[in-house]
Amino acid sequence: MASRSRLHVAVFLAPAVLVYTAVMIWPLFNTLRLSLYVEADGVRSFAGLANFATLFGDPRWSEAFWNALGNNFWFFVVHMLVQNPIGVALAAILSHPRLRFAALYRSAIFIPTILSFVIVGFAWKLILSPIWGIAPGILDAVGLKALFAPWLGREEYALTTLALISVWQFVGIPMMLIYAALLSIPEEILEAGEIDGITGWSAFWRIKLPLILPSIGIISILTFVGNFNAFDLIYAAQGALAGPDFSTDILGTFLYRTFFGFQLQLGDPHMGSAIATAMFAIILAGVCIYLFAIQTRMRRYQF
Amino acid sequence: MHKARHNPLNSIAAHAALLTWTAIALFPVTVILVNSFKTRKAIFREPLALPDAESFSMVGYQTVMKQGDFFLYFQNSMIVTVASLFLILLFGAMAAFALSEYRFRGNTLMGLYLALGIMIPIRIGTVAILELMVDTGLVNTLAALILVYTAQGLPLAVFILSEFMRQVSDDLKNAGRIDGMSEYAIFFRLVLPLVRPAMATVAVFNMIPIWNDLWFPLILAPGEATKTLTLGSQVFIGQFVTDWNAVLSALSLAILPVLVLYVIFSRQLIRGITSGAVK
Repeated sequence: MASRSRLHVAVFLAPAVLVYTAVMIWPLFNTLRLSLYVEADGVRSFAGLANFATLFGDPRWSEAFWNALGNNFWFFVVHMLVQNPIGVALAAILSHPRLRFAALYRSAIFIPTILSFVIVGFAWKLILSPIWGIAPGILDAVGLKALFAPWLGREEYALTTLALISVWQFVGIPMMLIYAALLSIPEEILEAGEIDGITGWSAFWRIKLPLILPSIGIISILTFVGNFNAFDLIYAAQGALAGPDFSTDILGTFLYRTFFGFQLQLGDPHMGSAIATAMFAIILAGVCIYLFAIQTRMRRYQF
Repeated sequence: MHKARHNPLNSIAAHAALLTWTAIALFPVTVILVNSFKTRKAIFREPLALPDAESFSMVGYQTVMKQGDFFLYFQNSMIVTVASLFLILLFGAMAAFALSEYRFRGNTLMGLYLALGIMIPIRIGTVAILELMVDTGLVNTLAALILVYTAQGLPLAVFILSEFMRQVSDDLKNAGRIDGMSEYAIFFRLVLPLVRPAMATVAVFNMIPIWNDLWFPLILAPGEATKTLTLGSQVFIGQFVTDWNAVLSALSLAILPVLVLYVIFSRQLIRGITSGAVK
């Protein structure tokens, strides 16, 4: 082996490494670099941290940034508190050994996940629309008509509504991953628990849940990364302005407006890069917390 | 002892919970599909009723066919998705083979480098990607999208495929070498056929995000000739907000291809997710 020409190793690696480097890694670092430049009269010049000074110092920018970041955190919190518990609960029920039609339920519940944000955004917009009246009609049927409000049009509800729509769409992913984790728990462990009188719900809380914690960790970090570069749903349902009055603006829509421009505002690639750099830092921090703080501590639960 | 695990009441409660969520999951899709076949009056008067002889109408689909270039959008989405998947699988498998088969200096480092992209979303680099595509004249071409999706899919593909290639028996490959097969022949004729299930998993994982992506078509290829189905339906629906028949029909047309793909590949997809390929 060692004596033969090693050219083929390079040939095998080259296409993937070239495409990945040229289209992903190099632009990523170039974006970080561009955040240090400004453009005046068509000439690009180095400006140090000026863009970041504007982003965090200029009240017009910093308000928009903190608003988007705060909204993004709320978006993430709703996913963690609603999507993942529902996903775990559905998986726990599905993994019941003698449940009939399990495959059918699984496939049906996963359907929203495969639809595009455009479809999901518009479909829910129509259903929640006071003009069409499906949502008020259903609430009326159960005697709760007074609860109806044009949720997507009200500043105080719009973001939570969109987060719940996103939860509706993606609950299939935690469900599948937890389901797989639950199936991989050896039967002997559960039987040992039964002999000690631990069955049913207490078996779930005391035996299964600790064993699936690593999967819950993976789901949390996937949710985090997904939420902090989300864009499509908000754009499809509320447009680039993330209305009403920016109440649904998250980092993705803020980045889009800044660097691509909208209506009268011209796009600014350098400010856009600064926002992208901030997003990169946030995602990197999340991934590092997961890798070093959470994952290493969870090892001991694995068998 | 098994009482708690096989109690009939528990089983009814389990089915009730699952049925409830299944209904919640399918309700919006059903409402859209059903109403796309109704007259405007029926859509508003009885949104939850099935179309009957009187309320049946295809007027929305006629508007969509006249106004939107949905066949072109569909074709663009097909080209982008199929070409990206082909490149992800070919380049990904080649790199995975190099990493799992040969010991060379920097092997581990190269593996880590390629794995970086699993956690870092490619969208962060959008500003520079757009600049790169402008400089190379690839803006408003399908090639720009194919390149971006290939780069985006490679990290996970290399990771999953190299795990599988490590399990291919060395004896088989060495037998091939003794027979005088080149390293390329060993890869294409011996190893690739054996990792076909893993390739299918990778393909199914990448298919849906590529087909559904809105961000890159919007930024890199918003031109009329290169619109994908996702972007095309977004723009079309935006223009026809008040024509409910057209909007519902456009949504249904966008749902249909994904649903068909899902019916064909759902077993593969679910097996892929549950086999722990994502761990």
